[in-house]
Amino acid sequence: MNRSVNPRARSAHDALARGLGWFSIGLGLAEILAPRALCRALGLPGREALIQAYGVREVATGAAILMSHDPTPWIWGRVAGDALDLATLATGFEGDNPRAGNLALATAAVVGVTLADIACVQGLTGDKRLPPPGTYEYHHRSGFPGGFAAAHGAARDFAVPRDFRIPEPLRPWRDGRPAAVSAPS
Amino acid sequence: MKALVWHGTADIRCDTVPDPTIEDGRDAIIKVTSCAICGSDLHLYDHFMPGMKSGDIMGHETMGEVVEVGRDNKTLKVGDRIVVPFTIICGQCEQCKRGNFSVCERTNRNAKLAEAAFGHTTAGLFGYTHLTGGYAGGQAEYLRVPFADATHIKVPKGIPDEKLLFLSDIFPTGWQAAVQCDIQPEDTVAIWGCGPVGQMAIRSAILLGAKRVIAIDRVPERLTMARAGGAETIDLTEESNVVARLNDMTGGKGPEKCIDSVGMEAHATTSLDAIYDRAKQAVMLESDRPHVLRQMIMACRPAGVLSIPGVYGGLIDKVPFGAAMNKGLTFRMGQTHVNRWSDDLLRRIEEGQIDPSFVITHTVGLEQGPEMYRTFRDKQDGCIKVMIRP
Ligand SMILES: NC(=O)c1ccc[n+]([C@@H]2O[C@H](COP(=O)([O-])OP(=O)(O)OC[C@H]3O[C@@H](n4cnc5c(N)ncnc54)[C@H](O)[C@@H]3O)[C@@H](O)[C@H]2O)c1
Ligand SMILES: [Zn+2]
Ligand SMILES: [Zn+2]
Repeated sequence: MNRSVNPRARSAHDALARGLGWFSIGLGLAEILAPRALCRALGLPGREALIQAYGVREVATGAAILMSHDPTPWIWGRVAGDALDLATLATGFEGDNPRAGNLALATAAVVGVTLADIACVQGLTGDKRLPPPGTYEYHHRSGFPGGFAAAHGAARDFAVPRDFRIPEPLRPWRDGRPAAVSAPS
Repeated sequence: MKALVWHGTADIRCDTVPDPTIEDGRDAIIKVTSCAICGSDLHLYDHFMPGMKSGDIMGHETMGEVVEVGRDNKTLKVGDRIVVPFTIICGQCEQCKRGNFSVCERTNRNAKLAEAAFGHTTAGLFGYTHLTGGYAGGQAEYLRVPFADATHIKVPKGIPDEKLLFLSDIFPTGWQAAVQCDIQPEDTVAIWGCGPVGQMAIRSAILLGAKRVIAIDRVPERLTMARAGGAETIDLTEESNVVARLNDMTGGKGPEKCIDSVGMEAHATTSLDAIYDRAKQAVMLESDRPHVLRQMIMACRPAGVLSIPGVYGGLIDKVPFGAAMNKGLTFRMGQTHVNRWSDDLLRRIEEGQIDPSFVITHTVGLEQGPEMYRTFRDKQDGCIKVMIRP
């Protein structure tokens, strides 16, 4: 088997999504494995458990992005996660945090990633965007060469096989009893 | 010969492969004049349906000219023009004799696999996973048709391929979907999905005389085509509550008959159950997304019928079975018993009651096949049905 024509390559947004998936897994592992070091660096003492939980979220999202054929909903999940991260980081600016510099850097990084996530999700949605109604003129494609009126009920002569009949009592009722079967077989 | 070959998720290529040869006395080889890409192929393309191997040839909607016939095949001769039904049938087993061709007991050569997955074997299918026999498909220049003395629909010369090709699958599938509803003149039939199968189901329900047909989808040109066939439509991009809308349209009673021509990759990004299904499918706790099934059960009039041509492959979750049971719904489903309907449908095409070619939006050569899989799946370029001329 040689001489193959390759399928059209995945779009740039698919590639970006995969990148973000791996990024999620990397960040998530760091959060799970080294929560204490992270909290110390950011001046967020006592948040270790929360950071680990965020790590689990990151890894799960990352895995889902890499495994699904359509990562769009998972990238939306990342956007929501970014918002959580930013809210958590923001709490670190209260009082006088000696690590405010690091925290500002981390916040800037998360903002950057959030922008990438949003660009990715918009790109993916754009790739799939439906054309505006009326783009394709299919309103003459009835499939009925003789027109609708001739077609409607044209196959009432068809004898529904016995094993395809619905049970008698479930047929529509007329005059207090089930309506007669249209065509016998 | 050239053929469209599956290599992995979303990876189909136009490869050069060995020509098929007669392997059994009942076989025939055809030179493929036309074939098509089906929504069922998309489940393989996206790899939601298990059981594909790299190197498998795709395709189960095929027609062509007989170029070689096995020794024991007494019904076909070289030069015959045939449409190949997607279900391979022996014509002799108990199920075939009853016309239940898609559950033929003999044609699945991997019956053991099927028994493990489904409890019992079903018919062998062309180009459709090793669970159903792993037979090479017809998106190729030549096709070996096993059990060809039974597995064929002879068609007259003089009618173009476009009108006949869909006797292989989507026309009888839409037809059986409607027949399963046992349509009465006062019935409203709601049809989810306006892909090729949904389009054929709409036409069939109209031919069988349904009072009203209501079609549901989100792709504008598919809805336009549905209206062209006489359906009223519900546009999912404008209407989030389909069940309520159907109730409004039917005086609060709901449609008597509901058809699922969507299957396991139902789309639903706006609702909670959709996110739940996505998550479970991604971690492989659920193989299919039964979004449409759930809606049909809630929408259908009590004592009504649900007809399910849409393909499911494995396990589904959170189906409101209590509603189904208490409403006394009838479920009818299955792969299509193609040959059971072919004579009747061929006559309707010949008499001009219907011309199934209305659904074709793209005609290409085999080389463009891989690209067309993506175009069809992503509903780009107004694509509704792709016909391939090898
Ligand atoms: N029973 C059989 O023998 C048989 C034969 C052929 C095809 N099929 C199956 O029929 C189904 C449809 O095939 P097709 O070729 O028309 O495929 P398709 O993918 O082109 O069509 C599916 C349509 O459903 C729409 N859809 C998705 N989610 C929806 C939702 N929630 N509500 C309403 N509409 C929704 C999509 O927009 C699309 O237009 C597939 O599952 C396919 O495997 C079964
Ligand atoms: Zn098919
Ligand atoms: Zn059989």
